Amino acid sequence: MKKTLRIILLSFLVLLALLFVYVPVAWLVISSISSRSELLSTPIHWIPQHPTFQNYINILFPSQGTSEVAKTFRITLWNSLMVATSVTVIALVFGSIAAYALIRLRFPFRQTLLISILGTRMIPEISLVIPIYLFATRFGLFNSPIILIITYLSFALPFAIWLMAAFFESIPVELEDAARIDGCNRLETLWRIILPISTPGLVSTGLFVFLTAWDEFFFALILTSTVSAKTVPVAIAEFTGRYVVDVGGMMTGGVLAAIPPVLLSLIFQRYIVSGLTAGAVKG
Amino acid sequence: MQRKRTLAQQDMLVGFALILPSFLIILGISLQPILSTLYLSLFEVPRGINLQNTFVGLGNYISLLSEPIFWATIGRTFYFTVISVGIELVLGLAIAQLIHAHPPGWQFLRTSLIIPWAVPTIVNGTMWRWIYNADYGALNGLLFQLGLIDKYIPWLTRPDMAMNLVILADIWHSVPFIALILQAALATLPPDLEEAASVDGATAIQYFWFIRLPLLRPAILVALIIRTVEAFRAFDLIYVITNGGPANGTVTISFLTYLEMFSFGHAGRGSALSFLISLFTLTLAFIYIRMLYRPEEKQ
Repeated sequence: MKKTLRIILLSFLVLLALLFVYVPVAWLVISSISSRSELLSTPIHWIPQHPTFQNYINILFPSQGTSEVAKTFRITLWNSLMVATSVTVIALVFGSIAAYALIRLRFPFRQTLLISILGTRMIPEISLVIPIYLFATRFGLFNSPIILIITYLSFALPFAIWLMAAFFESIPVELEDAARIDGCNRLETLWRIILPISTPGLVSTGLFVFLTAWDEFFFALILTSTVSAKTVPVAIAEFTGRYVVDVGGMMTGGVLAAIPPVLLSLIFQRYIVSGLTAGAVKG
Repeated sequence: MQRKRTLAQQDMLVGFALILPSFLIILGISLQPILSTLYLSLFEVPRGINLQNTFVGLGNYISLLSEPIFWATIGRTFYFTVISVGIELVLGLAIAQLIHAHPPGWQFLRTSLIIPWAVPTIVNGTMWRWIYNADYGALNGLLFQLGLIDKYIPWLTRPDMAMNLVILADIWHSVPFIALILQAALATLPPDLEEAASVDGATAIQYFWFIRLPLLRPAILVALIIRTVEAFRAFDLIYVITNGGPANGTVTISFLTYLEMFSFGHAGRGSALSFLISLFTLTLAFIYIRMLYRPEEKQ
């Protein structure tokens, strides 16, 4: 009896937690498929009577006469994808080799270097933005995706080093010693032994870096001015600032911007949880 | 002996070569800029491009610290940080424990928690701003239909209310992060611990306070520090939901820095402010790193 009661109570709490997660998202999705008149009706139409996917069609399949909102989202989604992917690849390449050296090789200042690299991850963006802005304007990089890629490395690279270092620590040294005995030097060991078994670490690190770069707003806000470099968070924020222009279009942009990170996280959820544990709960 | 030395030398060479690219990148895009910012904070920087900067020493810091606006902003920043992180920790711990009890649907809940965590911050803010909308928002609609309010409320026009609603959006995003970290930590605790405790006559509450909570302490501390650093410099959510308003009611320190730099054109003062933020976050980061790397020191 007591056990049944406990299960009922716990199930109720699970339900509450699920509502907490899903109600706001549901409203975001519903708003994106509601017509303008239904969005602006009182009392609220919780379930749209005439759901429409026109907003999605406008953004994803360009045609003559689509709205400015749709055009902006299409271009900025593409910019975001380019920037986040480039940052992820660069951070993974340089970050993992640096992490490997910091964890496995013995040389002076190793520990100091590791700790200072971790420290730079914590520097707030706002403390870097003015010099970077001045640099960008001086070298003609203002409002270019390249300056965003360079700038995002300021958090992506230390982050990648940090996560990969935690991962390399978990690989047994014996594996490398065996390779050494077989006559591999350090670089060969790294290439032939470590890299192949590092796939989980690389996937999880790449995922975190991609999500953070996709999410980034402040640098993009300051360093871009037109759709040739703007990322999707900047586009969304701009439309939010204007009063109720095209709520449906905006919500659709929001859903589309959320789909890549949410899908990736769900597909690789095993890596997310282990990444949080390795990176964050270590020690 | 000879071979050993060559190996060590090889290690050193390879090590520096592998680190060099990252080191140069970090030097160029983190260390150089933050030192420039520190330098700039000692100057009064006029708005025009070719005007000379005037050296004012600690003048920017002194004038900031003597202004009520600064202290009001610090107060709001601490309010935001303490309330949001506090609630997130309590709810996150509660949800982690709920998942750990394995009730029906716990796996689905664990998976679902990833969604708010993965939704981009700006999308999160836009979504809540639309929910809070005075004329057509879901919050007014829901409360009105439930009969809890008799007319629509312009939520974001009251400073204190606006602040709490920004906090709510932050909570939605971050509770899942804490819950996921803590449930992973809970899963690593020995499973027969609770049984042993109850054999020894410990009540569920005693078990929670004296056994589970102390064992979770490292995970809690880490989650706490990461979240505190993030909340202290929160900018994105405030920018989208309230843009600092109403009546500066949601201007926290990052937002004030942004305004000083890019709206008021006070690059020097803005730099001073941003350096104060760095100082605070780096102190927390230092504590954090000390905690993470404690095991390594034993080697």
